[in-house]
Amino acid sequence: MEAIDVTPAQQQGRPPLNVIYEWVTTVDHKKIGLMYITYALIFLVIGGIEASLIRIQLAIPNNHFVSPQVFNQLFTMHGTTMVFFMGMPILFGVGNYLVPLMIGARDMAFPRLNAFSFWISAFAGLLLYFSYFGASGLYAAGSAPDVGWFAYAPLTARVFSPGHSTDYWTLSIFLSGVGSIGTALNIVTTILCMRCKGMKMSRMPLLVWLYLVMSGLVFVAVSPLTAAQIMLTLDRYLGAHFFDTQAGGSAVLWMHFFWIFGHPEVYILVLPAFAFVNEIVPVFSRKAMFGYPAMVAASVAIGFISLSVWAHHMFTIGMGPAGNTFFVFSTMVISVPTGIKIFNWLATIWGGKVIYAVPMMFCVGFLFQFLIAGLTGIMLSAAPFNWQLSATYFVVAHFHYVLVGAIVTALFGAFYYWYPKVTGRMMSETLGKWHFWLFIIGFHLTFDFMHVPGMLGMPRRIYTYEASRGWEGWNIIVGIGAIFQAAGILCFVYNLVSSYFHGKEAGHDPWDAWTLEWATSSPPPSYNFAVEPTVNSRRPLWDLKHPEDPDADYE
Amino acid sequence: MLVLSVTLTIFLIVAGLMLYAMIRYRQRPEDADREPAQIYGSDQIELSWTVIPILIVVMLFLSTTRVILGTQAIPKPDSAMDVTVIGHQFWWEYRYPKLGVVTANELHIPISDPAKPTPTYLSMSSADTDHSFWVPRLAGKTDVIPNRVNTMWIDPAQAGLYLGQCAQYCGTQHAKMLLRVYAQSPEDFAAWISQQKKPAQQAFPGNPAATEGQTVFMHNACINCHAVSGTAATGRFGPDLTHLASRDTIASGPIENTPENLRKWVDNPNTMKPGSLMPAMHLNDHDLDVITAYLTQLH
Repeated sequence: MEAIDVTPAQQQGRPPLNVIYEWVTTVDHKKIGLMYITYALIFLVIGGIEASLIRIQLAIPNNHFVSPQVFNQLFTMHGTTMVFFMGMPILFGVGNYLVPLMIGARDMAFPRLNAFSFWISAFAGLLLYFSYFGASGLYAAGSAPDVGWFAYAPLTARVFSPGHSTDYWTLSIFLSGVGSIGTALNIVTTILCMRCKGMKMSRMPLLVWLYLVMSGLVFVAVSPLTAAQIMLTLDRYLGAHFFDTQAGGSAVLWMHFFWIFGHPEVYILVLPAFAFVNEIVPVFSRKAMFGYPAMVAASVAIGFISLSVWAHHMFTIGMGPAGNTFFVFSTMVISVPTGIKIFNWLATIWGGKVIYAVPMMFCVGFLFQFLIAGLTGIMLSAAPFNWQLSATYFVVAHFHYVLVGAIVTALFGAFYYWYPKVTGRMMSETLGKWHFWLFIIGFHLTFDFMHVPGMLGMPRRIYTYEASRGWEGWNIIVGIGAIFQAAGILCFVYNLVSSYFHGKEAGHDPWDAWTLEWATSSPPPSYNFAVEPTVNSRRPLWDLKHPEDPDADYE
Repeated sequence: MLVLSVTLTIFLIVAGLMLYAMIRYRQRPEDADREPAQIYGSDQIELSWTVIPILIVVMLFLSTTRVILGTQAIPKPDSAMDVTVIGHQFWWEYRYPKLGVVTANELHIPISDPAKPTPTYLSMSSADTDHSFWVPRLAGKTDVIPNRVNTMWIDPAQAGLYLGQCAQYCGTQHAKMLLRVYAQSPEDFAAWISQQKKPAQQAFPGNPAATEGQTVFMHNACINCHAVSGTAATGRFGPDLTHLASRDTIASGPIENTPENLRKWVDNPNTMKPGSLMPAMHLNDHDLDVITAYLTQLH
């Protein structure tokens, strides 16, 4: 199963129109994956700019940098963008690219559905931002949604949110939901039906397992949210009263709809991050993953348990002692399979030979930061603690620890790890280290110190605050961290672009890795594998490199 | 506290192990071309780091449950005082149903003697969007949700002013929907109540400006939204103004209650709290002066 590179040399100087046509009409999972990623990176930058404006406004008390209306739009758009138009698409993009390669398939199960899902998600993002121009219709300037990313009822009712800004939000979430469900369906079908010869479920790389669980969660979690958007639109325009409290509807019903999506969503985002770490840590520790069956079991368990924890976002709504204790318990239980994962990664490193290349550095950052995020999560799961700290900056710091400290950090590791496969060139290690250190310093300045104003009683979503509350110094430190993070991202983007042209040639297997994507050329040909591969173990390339001691003997 | 110490201990142990492994097992020059021993797992070890966390979780769950039941499932004492809290965009309305008092934005409660507790039971709802009642030093937050009544209790032993603010995003001026709770000795509280029960002052001998201001107030749209007891002003959309001058702040906390601020506020609330639902009334300077004179007399 040597790498066979039969890609025809690209013709020089094709007209740009043809190139565009080729990308717009493509059904190749790799190209769609790359489009997902590029599109998500653009939204990462937009969402990052919004976050920076928020930090400038909050750096000092009684600041007049932006008006309250603009501030409320900024945090709504920041949250919505980062979850729906950065997080989900970038993880779907990486999955799209890697899952078929890792299971030895030539494409996704439904290539055209794949293209449809991408384009509808992309359209949803554009629609959301078009609200800046079109939301108030012809009678006023545009206005972006300002109802918060969880858009609690009845603030979204027409009485409290006139004009069309909320409709832009609703419709774009609806469309993004359709796209997400389409891609999830595709990933599940691909994994179940398209594996190459010899790749039993028990031999799939852990990344593939995690994408299977994640996509399953998308079905269950995104569907209620998408349905709720339709209900909200009916409320707003056809006189339905699902969430209309003025007419007997229920605000709490919306909260349930939102969080039965919202909490599994965290796992939809973090499971792929686990997936990247599962691939990178063993390769750079030069050891097989410790306890593969336990890792699979823990992932599936997280998938199921995560569907029963949502109301821990609602400890303050007056659920009563029975509801509260149930959700305290289910939330605490999820720390058990999560803990198993951390211990298994630790055990994989233990006794290994750790090579600190940039992908591994990011994974190390992930491990520590995810540990802290998990532990503040246990604190928040204790309802009495939560009654004080929910809806404060402590919670904001906690979930950014998960989203940035764990997910984005692992994602950066994944970029440095798979970039050579995608482009055929290595990313610069020097720039990568600059990126790593600037970003990690910035991250800790921002999000470590953000816990403090939360504990001092600073609620989230306030556009300004009084000087006397003891929050001001902390907010300046938090703002300074944002500058470091932005500098890190700048190094990263520059590295992505310049390495494409000037990076060192990578060859098909630069990291001496063990999974199938490294068996084909870099970049892979459009059909991935000239000959369908056959595997005998979880690490097919290890078997090839060490015929005297193949993995199959130990499974 | 238990939760904090348990999580801190876990952090120190696990982070210490990770740090040790990452330094101890880094690549060294002498083993550059050799793969380390491949270990695929160990049932005993993995079982141990499954069972131990389960035990920790059970312990944390039981102690958390004890606190939840101790807060939410205890009977209400007969000596408790009732207050109805109604959240509005972007201010608070307080009603003392047994005492016949209605006020806004500044909640007065008696302190509680541990020997003879007089906790305050808040029964809360909202007139418009979701809000959340949160005074950190008194209790955790409870959401204030339209079409639903939530209850909570507070029971401070120390007199003083407790600050807080709305903790659930409720619209443009969510940031300036502050909470002020004045915990007072039983005597001070009784005095405050008897003063609040009086109807508003209606005759202002020797103060023609206030008298004229009252007339201007009663002939403008002010009375559609504001109530002043004993007069034609019975609006309930905005704060009750019967004893406005007895409050320290206006606009739900962020602005000190001085004649200058009051005048500026009545002139155009949007300059001080942009997004506030009170419209600018387009009064001329004279009317503003006399209305301010009137409002500052509502002790």
